Amino acid sequence: MAAHFCLVNDWPDKIIQGEDGMAEQAKETYAIECKKITKKFGTVIANDEIDLNVRYGEILALLGENGSGKTTLMNMLSGIYHPDGGQIYIGGQAVKINSPVDAMNLGIGMIHQHFKLVEAFRAMDNIVLGTKGKKEKAKVTSEKIKAISETYGLEIEPEKYVSDMSVSEKQTVEILKVLYKGAEILILDEPTAVLTPQETEKLFHILRKMKARGCAIIIITHKLQEVLSISDRVTILRKGKSIETVDTASCDARKLTELMVGRPVSLEIERPVMPDCETILKVVDLSVQKADGSVAIDDISFEIKKGEILGVAGVAGSGQKELCETIAGLLQAQKGAILFHKENLLGKTPSEIIEKGVSMSFVPEDRLGMGLVASMGMTDNMLLKSYQKGKGPFISRKPAKELAERLIEKLDISTPGTETPVRLLSGGNVQKVLLGREIESSPAVLITAYPVRGLDINSSYTVYDLLNEQKKKNVAVMYIGEDLDVLLELSDRIMVLCHGKITGIVDAAKATKEEIGMLMTGETAEDTTGKEEA
Amino acid sequence: MSSAEYKQKEPLLRIEKKAELPSKKILLLRLLAVVLSLIAGGIFIACVGQNPFVIYATILSGACRSVMAFQGTIKIMIPLLISSLGVTLAFKMKFWNIGAEGQIIFGATCATFFALFCSGMNHVLLVIIMFLAGFLGGGLWGLLPAVFKVKYNTNETLFTLMLNYIALHIVSYLRDGPWMDPSAQGFPKIARFDKNASLDKLFGIQFGWLIALILVVVLFVYLKYTKQGYEISVVGESQDTARYAGMNVKKIVLRTMFFSGGICGLAGMIQATGSDITLTTSVAGGVGFTAIIVAWLAQLNPFSILIVSFLFSVLEKGSSVIQSSFGLSTDCADVLQGIILFFILGCEFFVRYRFTFRRKQKIEASEGKEA
Repeated sequence: MAAHFCLVNDWPDKIIQGEDGMAEQAKETYAIECKKITKKFGTVIANDEIDLNVRYGEILALLGENGSGKTTLMNMLSGIYHPDGGQIYIGGQAVKINSPVDAMNLGIGMIHQHFKLVEAFRAMDNIVLGTKGKKEKAKVTSEKIKAISETYGLEIEPEKYVSDMSVSEKQTVEILKVLYKGAEILILDEPTAVLTPQETEKLFHILRKMKARGCAIIIITHKLQEVLSISDRVTILRKGKSIETVDTASCDARKLTELMVGRPVSLEIERPVMPDCETILKVVDLSVQKADGSVAIDDISFEIKKGEILGVAGVAGSGQKELCETIAGLLQAQKGAILFHKENLLGKTPSEIIEKGVSMSFVPEDRLGMGLVASMGMTDNMLLKSYQKGKGPFISRKPAKELAERLIEKLDISTPGTETPVRLLSGGNVQKVLLGREIESSPAVLITAYPVRGLDINSSYTVYDLLNEQKKKNVAVMYIGEDLDVLLELSDRIMVLCHGKITGIVDAAKATKEEIGMLMTGETAEDTTGKEEA
Repeated sequence: MSSAEYKQKEPLLRIEKKAELPSKKILLLRLLAVVLSLIAGGIFIACVGQNPFVIYATILSGACRSVMAFQGTIKIMIPLLISSLGVTLAFKMKFWNIGAEGQIIFGATCATFFALFCSGMNHVLLVIIMFLAGFLGGGLWGLLPAVFKVKYNTNETLFTLMLNYIALHIVSYLRDGPWMDPSAQGFPKIARFDKNASLDKLFGIQFGWLIALILVVVLFVYLKYTKQGYEISVVGESQDTARYAGMNVKKIVLRTMFFSGGICGLAGMIQATGSDITLTTSVAGGVGFTAIIVAWLAQLNPFSILIVSFLFSVLEKGSSVIQSSFGLSTDCADVLQGIILFFILGCEFFVRYRFTFRRKQKIEASEGKEA
């Protein structure tokens, strides 16, 4: 045991050797090497003898459908869970990671999908938070941070408060936080989900710089294009097992999907063309305030036609949620009108609006927060919007149960039964339940926000098909999405929101990703075209 | 980097989340907890110099040995059962009504008004009026914190708790002042109710037990099969979801708290007019708090509440018997109750988590050396 300790203690030197001498790498000293990692939760095997390795100066993408065990594996590397079996090696040494502090001491830094920053602190306070050692003068810390950021090409103002920062700036702080603590191994969990294409590119630039400096990076993402552009190798997990590790250069999106799903999947999203139809929902000069009095939606006007999918793009928090909630009658508008068949929906109660056939399915970050009751089974969740319909004080569960059974069959929802609490279902199935219920209510307008949030490829395509099916039935669909590639393929028109304003509504068939990216950062349509001409 | 501080040690004991257990296993675990608590309680009894088997047997026989003893047990059970059902309504909605005590007292107070001053009325009519008064009084006491909750988002835990003391002291005031029994020669107490104003007996016990049983069934059906019951569960799970589904959350909160308080008020009315036949400051006597434990132990299921409250009453009644026949003080009985509760509540932890001990280090260490 004693010898063992010594070995562990001299690992940092190994890193430095690995960093500047390629000779060391020839001996394959991996930054991280996982051998036969197993983790069980009760009877569920989340990780089944997973093998994974990352070299210094390499970016490894971890790819897998939902529930394939990516997060579990990363949580073990960052000391949140304990493996039940197998061994983790850091810099060639067997280690045990008992807590995030241990992980930090081993040079592993994790950047979570949801930022873990103290909003009321300045960037630098957040960065030094949790480091041991004497408190330095602000100026010294600030200099140190600047030195690190210059090395990696990060842009940061150490004195700025986190609450005043944009999403991408916050992410920079997160990255600096782990770099400041000396992390050589970085794990990023879906870092691009909240970024615009431009910001994503910037992040990738930073990651490449870190790689050049000898860091080992693991990135988790669902977007195949990003995997192809940033990673050196890809490890694919499926159902808790590591299926294969491939060189990115020898791969394309099709092959990756096939490995991930286990069979060939078509990546085409169809866009059926519907005859020009009448406008069903018209939003006029709408302004909405958030609960804290700040402006959420600023004087916007648009319309949705029957048989059309209107995509809504925008950085997270640009007013998408408020727009949905206002149309659904959950938020009060300050100004303007929402005309449904020329009838104003503003001032109507949510249940009146539901009755009119305007259906909203908002998939919040935690997926269950709004549309479904987590502890209830499918049957009771089917009742949520329709329980008032029957006469008398009693609830009739029979039709709901039948509906649940129909949905299970139609959408191929995997659940032990209609009474199993929906929180026990996997993310994809939960979203199918939610969307299925909304569609079964045969709405005239279907508003769906982030329906594929966190879904794997296979389930995502089921959702796109479902939306297209609705479109063919002449339903007006508003699709609020995150992935621009999908928005461009699926929608007929794309409306771009930025800080609650519409910066442009473009024809999806003609628009480019860059164009929408510009609109997302707040430049209006005229600016963009002007720049292109210049 | 402080790798020198880094220690290659796994903690001896760590907590792990379990997969959700099947309900049969959970039941088994709880039974095991009961057995363990009896053993631990037995050790305690042995320490104070008694034979645990004899004591346990006495508790059981003390509660059920004769018709009279059994009636006594049921008498303890009635208010406990009813108020447990009352708080269950609020808890289902995740509204932390810990003011059952106050609602019991205020319901009893309102009913007492009619018992004292309208005792000449037709008996059936008077009883009905007293029932209504008890329900409305308790309901009002429950509605008050709910109104402030939906309007100003006040903390219902503090609010309901404080109302307990207000209700209690209203009774003290009435006892010492306006409602003081003139025939008690200055001794502060409220007069015994007229026979016309007290509840009838059924099988030798006041007929409150029948009401309690009816309430068990009504509440079970209400929570499980009605629209309002469905609304309560949705609001309890997530107010956002409820709003999204078009529910009027405020209305539901107000209505449910009114019912919750109302049922507790009924418990008070039944206790005052059926068992005490007068109003005292101890009309609730901590039942409102015990009810919280009963409701949670029974997982908010009305039929389980029936069983749990019966067991509680057996313990309570049995304890009073061991006090008289063994000279064991009531405090000892309280300790015993505490031990049993500790085990049963503690087992809920093991339903969801387990301890994992450090695995054998030797094998892994040698593995590490090989590498």
